Amino acid sequence: MVPPAPDGPGAGGPPAGPPVGTAGDGGGSAMIAVLGRFVGELRAAGIPVSMTEHLDAAEVLRHIPLEDRPALKSALGAALVKSSAHWRAYETAFEVYFALRGDGYAIEGEADGEPGSGEDAEGRAAGAGDGGRMGRGRGSAGGGGQGMTAEELAAMLMNALTSGDEAMMAAVARQAVARYAGMEPGRPVGGTYYLYRTLRNLDLDAVLEQLVDGRRSGDRGGQDGAEGGGGDTPQAALTPLEERLARDEFRARIDLLRRQIEDEIRRRLVADRGSEALAKSVRKPLPEDIDVMHATRDELVALRRALQPLSRKLAVRLARKRRHGRRGPLDFRSTVRHSLSTGGVPVEPRFRYPRPAKPEIVVIADISGSVASFARFTLHLVHAISAQFSKVRSFVFIDGIDEVTRFFEHAEDPAEAVHRINTEADVVWVDGHSDYGHALTVFLERWGDELTPRTSVLLLGDARNNYHASQAWVVGELARRSRHVYWLNPEPRAYWNSGDSIVGEYGAHCEDVVECRTLRQLERFVGELA
Amino acid sequence: MTGPGSLPVTGFPEPGPPRFESIAAVRTGLAGIDYLADEGIAGVVYLADRLAKPVLVEGPAGTGKTELAKSVARLTGSRLIRLQCYEGLDESKALYEWNYKKQLLRIQAESGRGWEELEEDIFSEDFLLPRPLLEAIRSPEPVVLLIDEVDRVELETEALLLEVLSEYQVSIPELGTVRATGIPLVFLTSNNTRELSEALKRRCLYLHLDYPDVERERAIVLARVPGIGADLADQIARIVRSIRSLELKKSPSVSETLDWARTLVVLGVESVDADVARDTLHILLKYRSDIERAAKELAGGAAGT
Repeated sequence: MVPPAPDGPGAGGPPAGPPVGTAGDGGGSAMIAVLGRFVGELRAAGIPVSMTEHLDAAEVLRHIPLEDRPALKSALGAALVKSSAHWRAYETAFEVYFALRGDGYAIEGEADGEPGSGEDAEGRAAGAGDGGRMGRGRGSAGGGGQGMTAEELAAMLMNALTSGDEAMMAAVARQAVARYAGMEPGRPVGGTYYLYRTLRNLDLDAVLEQLVDGRRSGDRGGQDGAEGGGGDTPQAALTPLEERLARDEFRARIDLLRRQIEDEIRRRLVADRGSEALAKSVRKPLPEDIDVMHATRDELVALRRALQPLSRKLAVRLARKRRHGRRGPLDFRSTVRHSLSTGGVPVEPRFRYPRPAKPEIVVIADISGSVASFARFTLHLVHAISAQFSKVRSFVFIDGIDEVTRFFEHAEDPAEAVHRINTEADVVWVDGHSDYGHALTVFLERWGDELTPRTSVLLLGDARNNYHASQAWVVGELARRSRHVYWLNPEPRAYWNSGDSIVGEYGAHCEDVVECRTLRQLERFVGELA
Repeated sequence: MTGPGSLPVTGFPEPGPPRFESIAAVRTGLAGIDYLADEGIAGVVYLADRLAKPVLVEGPAGTGKTELAKSVARLTGSRLIRLQCYEGLDESKALYEWNYKKQLLRIQAESGRGWEELEEDIFSEDFLLPRPLLEAIRSPEPVVLLIDEVDRVELETEALLLEVLSEYQVSIPELGTVRATGIPLVFLTSNNTRELSEALKRRCLYLHLDYPDVERERAIVLARVPGIGADLADQIARIVRSIRSLELKKSPSVSETLDWARTLVVLGVESVDADVARDTLHILLKYRSDIERAAKELAGGAAGT
């Protein structure tokens, strides 16, 4: 976000038109204005776009033909987005701001004059950007689905997926959305609901099985040359390997279809409500900003993917910090000894070799349903950088408590160990509802003696105790025996101490209670810990 | 086609004529020398030339980052100058160094002359040892500069690169500023082991090179492995995709795919079945646990997931 020194007029607010108005051939000032709003949206989504990058993007517009959308997308991306983790957020914003009026609609022309198409052509002529066109026809298209019957659509779907023909799949996506999404103009939604409705009606999981079955029974009609799965043995039944490959192939196609459906819904929403309004509701958080507790399945996948590079970077950074801060306290004897060569004048002070104490970490994590994924991420992260600590021990609990350090010791991959925790750890005592009081008491009884003044204890959980006894004195006792006790709470601060959350009671004995809702916050905390 | 020279940037070297006609030209050109670029890659290379900006290429190991720079050098008939980064890289290895032995000799040889005169003399270009960055800038012929694995240098050392990357010039206190004669195409690669500084990223176009999709990987195998059949290449590409979809410690890279393909050709395999795959997986995967995992999955051990 830092405005660049050399050129550019100081602070760059989003709409401050870049001074590249000289470009007569780049689509003109309308395009520049759209770009300005687009950059504003990217910044709002959390992607840092500097003024220089904005200028570069304007320059890009002069060199890339605007008709070539895929090229434009990757080119603008190259100028604006400097991290692959941000790509998804960028893509979503791009689709909203630039994908509005793709030629795609034309293909469908013969499928019985979809009321939208005329309007789209009109929109394209009017230039990109400003919304406000209410989708007159959209509502009726949603309700009617006048193109095909459900059976025809299903048949077309199978056909498109078997052949892997992208244009055909796009047509299916359009039909499916028109038929099943039931979109209502003017509603301020992000489209997740429409997507859900469409997908539920298509039932793609069943379609996948059907496709694999079809392949298994040797029905290979109408496939493109790229197939040829089992080259030499076309007639024989599928080997497991071939079946797996076929399944992956179909799965990839279904994923593509799903993306196309999503695009289609978004396109209609944009036409209905205009890009600005929509951008806000479809904005995708960056992986490091996803709220771990309420992440969707897709977001969890993104989180897991982000976690590995994150922990690696953190480890590298910490190791560097340790290596470079290489100045211990003054070594008086050595200084005097070396001063002899300069006639007793201590020209060059000598320092002792520093031995930064590596803390011992004990992690005690609640892994009951609501906070399970947060606990998993934290355990994963802490163990991934365990070389930065002299010792890491982990305990997990729901209402019973169990030590899980052993899983991490033998696992090469922390993710694997985390998986084993879910299946093997013995954490249920009575009913499997969190009971912090009991779990902490047991911890103190069984392992309390092993805490030393060098230990840092991390308590993880939302402290929602289901109205059991809090036994907060235990935390006080832990604090007395160890160096630090921190409480990491994955809930937003505003919810603390509401309902059955008693984090305040425990927090009174902790050195600090930290809100830890996102990877970014977690990384910061762990980084400071080491 | 107005060049970027119309921008009001003072002291910026005159850009040469554009190297590429269009994005498509980049793509076919690269394909002609067996580097199969997708639309995105070709687009960024094209832009790098038109905007006179360096390209920061990031991505997993073995996806052809370095190869891209080499191929572009071949395509444009430029000399490739490579700066391999490592921890502890400094000015005297990256930019320039004074040839102090030669300077000493000169001082001894000319002991009769005044110091003023001598100083002027020994801090001249004759005594300068150009290192890759300076060399790339001074080179009279067209150059592709490859700064490899830039994430290995410390954050502070990155600053050495900034002047070269944005202004295409090197300032030498004793000598003045050396400007580029022509603008080199610059590629920086990074394996993403650490976050690069904002200042560096801001000056570059960004290209993320991920594993290729099936079609591209098949094409790469066909182009790079002599004597391979289309069926086998197709099968290889699809198996590799399946393996990459597993959660492994290290997914197979493109170069490992190629090694595997070559092995299969040498072994005379015409069609990969589960047995062949299991016996040769160690070429594709480098961790014991990964190999076991993949072998199990490919044999249908966890089908239906």
